[in-house]
Amino acid sequence: MPRNNRVLTTSVRVAACTAAATLALAACGSGAQGGSDGGRVKVGLITKTDTNPFFVKMKEGAEQAAKESGLELVSAAGKFDGDNAGQVTAIENMVNSGVKGILITPNDSKAIVPALEKARAKGVLVIALDSPTDPQDATDALYATDNVKAGELIGQYAKAAMAGRKAQIATLDLAPGVAVGVQRHEGFLKGFGVPETDPSIVCSQDTGGDQAKGQTAMENCLQKAPGINVVYTINEPAALGAYTALKAKGLEKKVLVVSVDGGCTGTKAVKEGKIAATSQQYPLKMASLGVKAVADFAEDGKKASGYTDTGVTLITDRAQTGVDAEDTAYGLENCWG
Amino acid sequence: MTATTTPYDQLRGPTTVRRLISAPTAGPLAALVLACLFFSLTTEQFLSGGNFSLIVQQVMVVGTLAIGQTLIILTAGIDLSCGAVMAFGSIVIARTAADGTLSPLAAIALGLVVCGGFGLLNGLLVQMIPLPPFIVTLGMLNVAFALTHIYSAEQTVTDLPAPLTALGETFPLGGTDITYGSLVTIALFLAFAYALSSTSWGRHVYALGNSPESARLNGIRTSRLTIGIYTLAGLVYGVAALLLVSRTGVGDPQAGQTDNLDSITAVVLGGTSLFGGRGAVLGTFIGVLIVGVFRNGLQLMGVASIYQTLITGILVILAVTVDQISRKKAR
Repeated sequence: MPRNNRVLTTSVRVAACTAAATLALAACGSGAQGGSDGGRVKVGLITKTDTNPFFVKMKEGAEQAAKESGLELVSAAGKFDGDNAGQVTAIENMVNSGVKGILITPNDSKAIVPALEKARAKGVLVIALDSPTDPQDATDALYATDNVKAGELIGQYAKAAMAGRKAQIATLDLAPGVAVGVQRHEGFLKGFGVPETDPSIVCSQDTGGDQAKGQTAMENCLQKAPGINVVYTINEPAALGAYTALKAKGLEKKVLVVSVDGGCTGTKAVKEGKIAATSQQYPLKMASLGVKAVADFAEDGKKASGYTDTGVTLITDRAQTGVDAEDTAYGLENCWG
Repeated sequence: MTATTTPYDQLRGPTTVRRLISAPTAGPLAALVLACLFFSLTTEQFLSGGNFSLIVQQVMVVGTLAIGQTLIILTAGIDLSCGAVMAFGSIVIARTAADGTLSPLAAIALGLVVCGGFGLLNGLLVQMIPLPPFIVTLGMLNVAFALTHIYSAEQTVTDLPAPLTALGETFPLGGTDITYGSLVTIALFLAFAYALSSTSWGRHVYALGNSPESARLNGIRTSRLTIGIYTLAGLVYGVAALLLVSRTGVGDPQAGQTDNLDSITAVVLGGTSLFGGRGAVLGTFIGVLIVGVFRNGLQLMGVASIYQTLITGILVILAVTVDQISRKKAR
């Protein structure tokens, strides 16, 4: 996931796979004990990992919604970002245990498709949350943030805040080829009104959405171009890492840091002025909409379809004219994590 | 005994400098110098005191972990749990201090004890059962990882009291900004370099790595020595935990996930043999710097991160190849 997409290296993955399969089995096993006949309707939630606050919140939202709709929630997660095998195992186990629908944030948008097709062939409603599959119609429906728009909002904000001053931009990105990272990056440039090859982009570095790596990347960027005055960050941990690096150079007041996510720690950092603005997304809403769709499907057999934008809001206490935003009081009320 | 075949024992009474440039450290040192030359010529910003002090700051956490890793690899073991143990230690330090349960100093002490405890447990399992270090530390990796996430409730700990971040503060020195933490790391490297090369404990560590059986027959209490090495490594991870907290200014449950492999990379690049009994902790320092120099230099050149990973991978394979070839020659 965008927030903490730490890439574990291969040998750890080998170890992690085993553990992930065990976890998935355990999670589904406990769900299966409820019995597939005569019990409550079951809905499955499979997140990318179960350690990221974003997914913790998503699971909370799903539990709450399941309770309200009288459904039973079974959940599972990959062991690490990118763990496709663990998610496939979880899907198979959930289908066996007789779930009516599966909500999934795919770790691998392409590799998960065959497993999802098998589930749908057995009549299970499949909804992607947060990230689309590739192709998108491999799931019945998608409830997610528009990541291009999320980037665009902070791009527009940064442009307005610079008020015509000459920009030297650093982008602290996610990882090569990960859709959310690419979409937010492109959205930011679109909002700021510069092309990818613009000379004002003086440094671009991957951070994996990790605070320590964000700090190192920012330190090196400042070494390369000490005049950086705008920093785009993939998420708030990366932004806070950048802030630490800027503060060490006494630049924290002079450089504009913008970000995406709207986690509670990140929103607090906006309130404290460490981050100028962030685009907030709503994992809880994704989950509750997903659970309700499964409940409706169980009731009348009608499947949800298409893409539902779960919304994104610019959060800042230093609003710029011409850019719609909410303040951090609103942000803290609606933050996750 | 077997230990007399190690390069260190062949050099009787050499100075530290001579030891540093003797095999197996000469290769890595040459690689480091060449890399520095290359980046000095290709980028304007590389060659400056400020940039070098920055590189040292950036590698101090993995560098400290790599000290413990070197000790264990010298015994022909391996520690996959070091990054996770450090992460748990850092969360323990950050949480207990931030919520006022303990004074900052007591929190740091607790972090050291917790990490040392993990090391002790690793050592006991490796020695007493006995189990292969790879398996023990793989298990411990998962245990420490899980405990970190359970204890932190997935929350990053912020608003740390000042003493916890003190080692991350910098002081100016001739146009550079040195962090106090970098000095701690360098002091640890020097202390362990001395202990390994100039004390009987150090000679016993090499002997154990060369052949546990002959070490035992020569009167070394190998069981106690092994457990001691793992415990000591754990304590060093505790120092790394404090350095991590002080550098980032937060307690981050997601930290350190790839640091186990990064520390092994540094040890291997530094010329220490994965087969045990051969290598040096100062080599590891050079290995850590090689990784740091490449990452920094390539970024200054504007090369994408993924190529940094690619190049590090190639360097590791080259380093092991050199080790193998020189082993064959030594026979």
